[in-house]
Amino acid sequence: MAAKTQRRSHALNLLLIVVLVVWMILAAFPFIWTLWGSFKVEGDFFSKADWANALAGPLTLKETGGSFTGAGYHGAWIKEAFGLAAMNTVIVCLFVVTISLTFGTLGGYALSRSTYRYAYWFLIIALIFRAMPPITLVSGYLPVFFNWNLWGHLPTAIVVLVAINQPFTLWMLHSFFKNIPKDLDESAMVDGCNRFQAFRHVIVPVMWPGVITTGLFSFLLAYNDFAVTTMILSKENQTMVPKISSFLGTTQTKGNVMFAVAAVVSATAPLFVMVLFFQRQIVSGLTAGAVKG
Amino acid sequence: MKHKTFFWFVLPSSLAMLLFIFFPILSVLIQSVHVDTEQVIKEVKNCGPFGCETITSIDQEATQALERENPLGRFAGLTTYLDRRHLAVDEVHAAWGSTTGVGDFFNQLVNLPFYKAMSFTLAYTFIVTPLVIIFGFIIAVAVNGAVKWVRGPLIFFSLLPMLVTPLVGALTLFWMVDARGIVGNALQYLASDPNLSVKASTPLTWVMLMVYGVWHSAPFAFIVYYAGLQSVNKDTLESAMIDGASRWEQIRYVIIPHLLPLTTFIALMQLMDNFRVFEPIVSFSAEAHATSLSWAIYNDLGGETRQLSSAAATSVLTILGISILLLPVLVRTWRDFTHK
Repeated sequence: MAAKTQRRSHALNLLLIVVLVVWMILAAFPFIWTLWGSFKVEGDFFSKADWANALAGPLTLKETGGSFTGAGYHGAWIKEAFGLAAMNTVIVCLFVVTISLTFGTLGGYALSRSTYRYAYWFLIIALIFRAMPPITLVSGYLPVFFNWNLWGHLPTAIVVLVAINQPFTLWMLHSFFKNIPKDLDESAMVDGCNRFQAFRHVIVPVMWPGVITTGLFSFLLAYNDFAVTTMILSKENQTMVPKISSFLGTTQTKGNVMFAVAAVVSATAPLFVMVLFFQRQIVSGLTAGAVKG
Repeated sequence: MKHKTFFWFVLPSSLAMLLFIFFPILSVLIQSVHVDTEQVIKEVKNCGPFGCETITSIDQEATQALERENPLGRFAGLTTYLDRRHLAVDEVHAAWGSTTGVGDFFNQLVNLPFYKAMSFTLAYTFIVTPLVIIFGFIIAVAVNGAVKWVRGPLIFFSLLPMLVTPLVGALTLFWMVDARGIVGNALQYLASDPNLSVKASTPLTWVMLMVYGVWHSAPFAFIVYYAGLQSVNKDTLESAMIDGASRWEQIRYVIIPHLLPLTTFIALMQLMDNFRVFEPIVSFSAEAHATSLSWAIYNDLGGETRQLSSAAATSVLTILGISILLLPVLVRTWRDFTHK
């Protein structure tokens, strides 16, 4: 590698640096800018006079007496009860991840060990289900949920998200289990375990890296979902993302767009921390399906 | 694995998919060929001090009784599909008859809600997908060429646009391109037009939505390509170098063929995900200029009156659309499979 780097011409090096710098600005700047702006008042973050007001914040100083203000956060978390939405998100994500992984490990394991043709078709059907835009399914749920009084509750959203999550979870865990040698569980079965015992005592202890990676993506799917949660949850049970979108409808007219900015920053922060700690797992998960074919 | 064991292992997840993916698809199909029960109108004679008058009103009881009898509503066949909000057969026919040219015909077509949504969805899918692949590749090559210790932070920041909630990511961009935001201001300065507003112009809104799409998905292509670059066969690369291949020739004849299968994978995932484009339209409040099929369903389902049949018909058309899009891939898998 070192030899190759030295052979690179100056022009090429410059190009490389330019590409990386431009991309870093594109990728990171919007978040930094919004984080900074969330501590200003609306007149500064959306400045008619001069964009630089968002940096210095003259109106923030005039209106609140300091260069930074937590008014947006106060408005979102206290006045608009964003905390409740955050709590709902925690509940939804926790259950979706746990249930998805339980179902997914069982199914994914069986799919990786079965040599019959139907296992292959099972995966293809799962792929087709994965291709369905979730909102097309929502119009199928609504009449039934209304009739049976299931609409609006957190458990309903959890079950729906688990189901929508399944195709992806199955695919991912299937490819992870494929990499665990068959001999491992088969020798346990020779020793007298039945299939489930072999799974429980031999596979479960070694499957955690794959399960953690898959769990991260299940979490992201539940956390980021808008189409399902906005349609299925009632106002009191809203999770964070639909709550933010409801801010847009109501607060923009009230002039409290800063509530939404603060809420957006609050919703991004956990993801930021997650990437910080699990970068390696996320990268390996994204490439698992592709590189191994 | 025995059939019976397999069955018990996959039971929970198949049950979940059967109940909440397969049945809803059937339910959507059935709903789309039904419409709401007709309201029963009754005439009431109202006699007051100034004489009698007949008032027509909705007979709630009779209507509800009818609804109980037919919870699905009236069977309507394909009428919902053919009406103005969907395939708009009559309107398209009229437009075809009165048109002065192909351009004019398309202009009339995109004024119809379904074709408006369809045109943006297709444009978005087929413009964003290749751009994602190209930019993802460029970033991957650049990061791969960087010094080892900066790669970690580079990957960290690259992941953010993809992993952040689409609605939230689109909002951060949207606030920046607002006429009063930093990018909006910069654009006004560059165009030397103080009244320039991305939100108010259809082409600029389309461009903005697609820029968001590329920003959001390029990291995915980047990560996949980056992992692919790590596994390029060093021997092949070295022999190419010894044979005198230039840097470009190495990329062209060694690296690109190695990454080709990954490109198929990225394209497949991107086609699926871009066809469902939805959140950025909500975030950008772009519905006046650009709508998508998913947004059309959302719009039918939300609001005061939930138009379930209309949403169901759009859903079926969307599912048909994605099936046609993925058909080549499925046919190829089928061929590979039968070859084996």
